[in-house]
Order: sequence, then structure tokens, then C-alpha cells
Amino acid sequence: MNSLRGLQNNYKMSKTLVEKIWDAHVVKSETGFPDILYIDTHLIHEVTSPQAFDGLRKRGLPVFRPQQTVATADHNVPTIDQLLPIKEELSRYQVDMLTKNCAEFGIELYGLGHPFQGIVHVIGPELGITLPGKTMVCGDSHTSTHGAFGAIAFGIGTSQVEQVFATQCLLQQKPKTMKIEVNGTLGKGVSAKDIILYIISKISAAGGTGYFIEYAGSAIEALSMEARMTICNMSIEMGARGGLIAPDQITFDYIKGREFAPAGAEWDKALAYWKTLYSDADAKFDSVLTFKAEDIAPMITYGTNPGMGMGIQENIPSTESQPDKEQLSYQKALDYMGFEDDSSLIGKPVDYVFIGSCTNSRIEDLREVAEFVKGKQKAENVTVWIVPGSKQVEQQAKNEGLDRIFEQAGFQLREPGCSACLGMNEDKIPAGKYCVSTSNRNFEGRQGPDARTLLVSPLTAAAAAVTGRITDVREMLTEA
Amino acid sequence: MRKFERLLSAIVPLNIENIDTDQIIPARFLKATTREGFGENLFRDWRYNGDHTIKPDFVLNDPAYSGQILVAGKNFGCGSSREHAAWAIQDAGFDVVISSFFADIFKGNALNNGLLPIQVTEDFLSAIYAAVSKNNKAQLDVDLENQTVTIVDSGEKATFEINAYKKSCLINGYDDIDFILNQKHLIEEFEQVK
Repeated sequence: MNSLRGLQNNYKMSKTLVEKIWDAHVVKSETGFPDILYIDTHLIHEVTSPQAFDGLRKRGLPVFRPQQTVATADHNVPTIDQLLPIKEELSRYQVDMLTKNCAEFGIELYGLGHPFQGIVHVIGPELGITLPGKTMVCGDSHTSTHGAFGAIAFGIGTSQVEQVFATQCLLQQKPKTMKIEVNGTLGKGVSAKDIILYIISKISAAGGTGYFIEYAGSAIEALSMEARMTICNMSIEMGARGGLIAPDQITFDYIKGREFAPAGAEWDKALAYWKTLYSDADAKFDSVLTFKAEDIAPMITYGTNPGMGMGIQENIPSTESQPDKEQLSYQKALDYMGFEDDSSLIGKPVDYVFIGSCTNSRIEDLREVAEFVKGKQKAENVTVWIVPGSKQVEQQAKNEGLDRIFEQAGFQLREPGCSACLGMNEDKIPAGKYCVSTSNRNFEGRQGPDARTLLVSPLTAAAAAVTGRITDVREMLTEA
Repeated sequence: MRKFERLLSAIVPLNIENIDTDQIIPARFLKATTREGFGENLFRDWRYNGDHTIKPDFVLNDPAYSGQILVAGKNFGCGSSREHAAWAIQDAGFDVVISSFFADIFKGNALNNGLLPIQVTEDFLSAIYAAVSKNNKAQLDVDLENQTVTIVDSGEKATFEINAYKKSCLINGYDDIDFILNQKHLIEEFEQVK
């Protein structure tokens, strides 16, 4: 970490948090060119890295700073019998290529069978690799997750993965900054996932494009680290490459003692720097939005982009209420989902419930679901998959006896991976079926060809699993 | 990297908004470990039924339309960072994508591969659709040096923005790695100050 540089930089004029971290990582800034931005940590996985390794071979280059790169297999791995050879040939080859490439280029790999394996955005934080003030990238758009720690973290394409391999730097334009404040207290049954689905429904799937978003306000400050990760994770669903939250005592407490977190004198030094990481009171954002936590209900999406969301008790907006030019696409989305204008989703039968993904597969998510379903049974018409975010989450769930609660409820606790979030492995939702999902994207075919996805919080997913229908979880909480 | 200077071509109009990268290339086709061959599965689930039969109504399956320019609605390329989306579009024979708005990561990926993303106004996008509905072989003249795109039939012309550095990369066919590698000493100096 460039903490000395960071401290020096931060004595200058008032800056936003993004500007402080960015400026501390600029190797070179020249008018007319993008900045050369130094990358502290590079996370890689099997799907978006092989072509980048090939590129290095073609150029005859090594990985410049292999010790700053961490690899795992997550997107394309099975979530049952992970220790057996992968059945599907192409998937097996891709995962094997990662192993081979990491060995050849000297990169640490937490592959299948390793106790640290898991979804790349789950393992970074839980291992103490993700830290405040860092610049972090990964060939995955949900890299914004790591912003929850007050880091600049964003998704990149494979050419850029190769660039970071070769130089530990990226050519990047400094992004515009947006502050989204959420103030107040969340209602019962409303969680971080509902906050972010609410924000996206208000500003659209493109509303954050070109910005890095800083989330602030009393409702954000009250959230746990895992809940903050859920918020930052979905920044990309409104087009923002990065989303971050200023680190505070909750952040420091979460990090302390983790596998790769600084310790001893290093910890004190790091902490002193981290405490300078906030937006100055008079710092200027390019855009500022404010929301009230009290206005947020449990959310659900009804369409085919994450901006098409509503409070679970609301009716689907009519096609006529959409701008003229957008009506064709809007109608196409409702047709795909099999939904009507002005209708309610409450009581609609569901076929699958998926609890997992880099958005909601952490131990708190599993605990929340387990607490709700304890002593209850899943509905007969529903298949329920719980896919933990990492081997460590899986182990923790077992240590806490959550596995037995899930088993008794008829839920399948599987092994870690991206799974049905993107349906790249065999965990696909069949055509035409409805899946209530804690993942991050409801695009057409995202969970399998012609599958229909409804994005919700873990608690709303758990309610659907138990009733077999779309349910306002608040009504079940009152009963209890 | 592939060079780009000027292109005169008919277009393929895809009048849909928020086309995400899962539509451009579904995840189940991301298992290849090379950059080639993704064009075969470009817009897979819009082009083919589940039983692999062709959906004749989809514009890419309509022989009336052809060309190296794909024109689509706003927020094109949203979602996943998969560069496979840019590779698939290029592999299917396109050199230019025109939209009224692009998602950031897609735009960067396209530029890093010599696929030119051109952002035009909603009005100019409508003018392109109007031109192609009158004449399915209507051509656009894309001139990167002068940053203009012209509807040949009507003479309507729009200018577009592109970062000067990225423009020179496209015209000269060099990429970001070439650019940074030539300044590696600066990175090593930066690392010393910790």
C-alpha cells in the first residue's frame, strides 16, 4: 500500500474519497491521455483470464507482480461433488487452464478443494485481501463489491487483465463522482438488498454510467460489512463501474485478524492511513442523490434488467406510462417474463429459489435465511438451492448447524461457486420457469435459456421458498 | 490490434434498448479459452430456438440486412465485463457499433479490440432507423479521422466524441500495453515510494 503517498496527497485541497484513493495511485497523469493507475491487487478467475495469459505468451512477457494477483475458480465450477473431476469437458479444460497458467506464471491459486476457494468477491474480503484505500480490479463486473471497504474496485475486460498482468497498471480516465445518501431507519423485513434494488429502480440500469458512487448516510453507516458489500456489489447494475463506502470502525473490526490483514505495527500504520479515507466535508461530487430508508419496502424485479424493480406490494407499471421510445423494449421484457401491465406479483407461484451469488451468499445471508426457515418446510412446488459464497462460508454454516436447518426445510446446501447466478455450470433454471433469486441480474436467459428471474433479498427469497409463492415477508414476520 | 480509419457499409438495425452482454453472448458460451469463434453464438438465444432451429424474425437472420455496422438502442452492452461480447460482435463481421448510449466496460472492451463504438443522439439514431426502413441497404459513412458518421442516402451527418488517445490507438493499431510498457520505469519508481 502506498500509505505515505496517500497521506501526503490527502493534505491537499478537499477531495472526495474516490479522488483521494485515485490520486494516491496515479503513476502518471498527462493531459490528453488517460491516467496510468497503479493496481494494488488483481483478482482473477477461470473465465476471463485464459486469453490474457495467452496474450502474455505471445508478447513474451511474465506477470510483472505475480504476488499481487490472487486466483480462484468460481464461475464455471460444479456445486456438487466438487472433488470429483468436472464432468463437462469444456468446463474442466477451462478450470485446468487456470491451474496450469497460475503455475506457469507464479500466481497463488485457491482452486477447487482449497479451503479458501470461493466466489472471487467473497474470498477477497473474508481473507483480508480487500482493504481500505486499495485499488483492486478483476475481470468481473461485480468487483465493485470490494468498494464496501473504501477501496477503488472495478471490473475490467480481458485485454485489461492482460494489461495488469504485464504492468500492474491500467490506463484509466478518472471517473465522475456521485454521492448517494440513504438516511433513516430501515423497516422490519427490509435489508441492504432492498436498498440497492430500490436505488436502481429509481435511477435506472444506466443511471450511474460514467460514475463511481459513494454510498453514505445514516442507513448505510448502520449496515454490517456484509450488507455494505451487497450494496456496492450492485453498483454496476446502474452502470457505475465502482461503488464505495468510507471505512469506519465497523470496517476496521471486520478486517482485524483476518488471514492476510496487516498485523502488529503494520496494522497501526495501516489504520492511521485508513482513518484519512473519507470525503472531505466540502468535497464536490458531480452528482448527489438522497433517499429515505423509510420509503423502502421489500423489493422485487418484474422485468429483464435490474432497474425494473418495485416494492413487493406495488403493481407492475403500465407500458403506456413508459417514455414512447422505451415502450417496445418494455413490452418485450414483460412478454418475456409472462407478466401483465398493472398486475401484482403477490401470490404468484414460483418454481425455483436461488440463494447465492457474490451479492448474497455470505454467512449473514445464510444465517438470516436459516433463522427464518427454522422449523418451517419449503413448499412442494419449489426447488431451493443455497450456494454458499466460499468454502469458509460453507464450513461456518456447518459449524453453526445451519446445514441441518436447511436440510430439515428441504433446501439443498450446495458447494461454493457462482452457480445459477449466471448458469454457466449445470445449475440452470429450466425454460419458462420462475426463479426467485438473491443474485444480481434478471437479464433474459441469465439463469438459463428462457428462464425468468425475479431479484429479491435473502429474506424475501426464504419467504417464497416456504410459501411457494411471491410473498411479502413482512406479513410472515408479524405472525412470528 | 486491428486498425480502423474509415468504413462505408450497410447496417444491421437492432432497435432494442438495454441490450446486455448476456444477450450478446450467453454465459454458457464463455468456456472457450481463445478469442476466436464467439461470433457463432452472437445473440444466440435471439437467433435460435431451444432446438437450434433459426428464429427467422430476428434481424441477424434476415437476409435483407447485412453490413459491418450494428445499430442498437441505448445502454448497449450493459451488465457483465465479459470481453467475449466485443469479440463475438467482431467475429460476426462487425467493425462498428452505433447506439445512443454505451455501458462503460463494454465501450472500453470494444475500443481495446479495434471495434469502434459510436455514440449518437437519440434523434440521429432515429434518423438511421428511418433511413434503413426506407432502404434496407442504406449505407453509413463512418470517418474516424474527422469523427463523423453520415447517412449516405440523406446526407444527414453527425459528429461523435472519442478520446484522442484511443483514436490514435485505433488509427495506428497499437494498444494500452504497448503504451504502458514503454514507461515501465515510471511504475518501478512509483513502487519505490511506499
